[in-house]
Amino acid sequence: MTYLQKSPWIVHYNASSCNGCDIEILAALTPVFDVERFGIVNTGNPKHADILLCTGSVNERNKVPLKNVYDMIPEPKVVVAIGICAASGGIFRECYNVQGGIDKIIPVDVWVPGCAARPESIIDGVVTALGILEQKRAKMLEKGSAGSIKAGEAV
Amino acid sequence: MSKQIIVPFGPQHPVLPEPIHLDLVLEDETVVDVIPSIGYIHRGFEKLVEKREFTEYVYVAERTCGICSFVHGATYCEGIEQIMKIDVPERAQYLRVIWSEFSRLHSHLLWLGCFADSFGFENLFMGAWKTRERVLDFMEETTGGRVIQGTSKIGGVRRDISSERLDKMVKDLDILDQEMKELTTVFLHDDSVRHRLRNVGVISREDAYHLGAVGPTARGSGVAIDMRKLGYGAYDRLNVPVITDSCGDCLSRCTVRAKELFTSTDLIRQAVSKIPDGPVEVKVTGAPDGEYFTRAEQPRGELVHYLKGNGSKFLVRSRIRTPTLTNIPPLIKMLQGCELADVPVIVLSIDPCISCTER
Repeated sequence: MTYLQKSPWIVHYNASSCNGCDIEILAALTPVFDVERFGIVNTGNPKHADILLCTGSVNERNKVPLKNVYDMIPEPKVVVAIGICAASGGIFRECYNVQGGIDKIIPVDVWVPGCAARPESIIDGVVTALGILEQKRAKMLEKGSAGSIKAGEAV
Repeated sequence: MSKQIIVPFGPQHPVLPEPIHLDLVLEDETVVDVIPSIGYIHRGFEKLVEKREFTEYVYVAERTCGICSFVHGATYCEGIEQIMKIDVPERAQYLRVIWSEFSRLHSHLLWLGCFADSFGFENLFMGAWKTRERVLDFMEETTGGRVIQGTSKIGGVRRDISSERLDKMVKDLDILDQEMKELTTVFLHDDSVRHRLRNVGVISREDAYHLGAVGPTARGSGVAIDMRKLGYGAYDRLNVPVITDSCGDCLSRCTVRAKELFTSTDLIRQAVSKIPDGPVEVKVTGAPDGEYFTRAEQPRGELVHYLKGNGSKFLVRSRIRTPTLTNIPPLIKMLQGCELADVPVIVLSIDPCISCTER
């Protein structure tokens, strides 16, 4: 287990969600579900984050902020799409201002189902994301793109 | 005059989980003007009434906002019922009141938590959300959903609550009351909290009224408006006290919401003591022909649903006016002249729900 897996930091962006999934993400951070016991910390700054939790579908206006938040997260990074809106647009799919799931703008690694997604499934999604994060990190080290950092070495 | 600079606030900001963009025009540390821009969550689902049958649209209306979803669903249903002149069974009306008040409890507790977070009191945030889980547990037991319930339908409600369950619920409310009392004591009597909130983001009674403030934002400035007084649903048979506070600052708005928590539990107790037996839904035939404005008190203030049908299964027009939209002009008034460090607290003090606002 590496430092990344011990304490992954998450950043949350609400693309055009109804708030249902967003408050469930916050609920997952609070005492009853308490993901902080796993070392998961919610940060407001994408530059400190490892995992992007994104809710809601993509529209013309939030395309750019979503891409910006994604670009600001340092490699390796994982994107978790939360709720059915983030997957396909869900109930709002046929609305004139909804262009579809967030995979139209950024690559998605984990899909969490539900409307609204339950905190348990959000936690499950983040834990799945940790495995993917570790794989991505290992791949980066193989390529040598992480500079002089060796596998398993604390930074 | 010192040089003006513009500081962008949002759309991605740590204090607010939702995207709204404010351009804060600053002179030194003082905010002199605020230019809001919205549209990040606009989905345009009012147009969806043309593609969804009016009975199915309840689910879309509920997803206007995940926090006050039940109130949106129930208000839409009431509009259709008024157009079609459906007599909703008494029991269903009382059940709607019970669920609406639980929505208010969950929304206010959520807000108290986020508000505590905005002035840096993390422990209180966690405490408020812990108490909120009790409310959500009740929601889940009786409706099957935590935040999106889906129990409202045209002509009544989808599920009944047994009388044993209602009795147990009233007992559980005492525990909830006790926890909320401990929680609100900190908000209302803690010195550091009072010092942080007193005289921050002041708006006078006249300004609040003329700029169209609704809900706790208006009541915090002493404007006693509460749509529950209109007596929609079963509210005309219950005693609804309107809580107001006179200072118009962040602490007043916090006080109003903290006291409303106990109003809500009291209304649930009243509703349980008066709820009659009987069916919870009636069969609906035909299609709506006509138009109607429904007004309801959402946790954030007055909610208006305008619906127009032409006798077919598909409505012609739906328009939703949500409380946050009307609370944005008062917010801008509050922000003018405040310190930059107070901006997150003031923005949160109106309980912004951007998903509602932009639909």
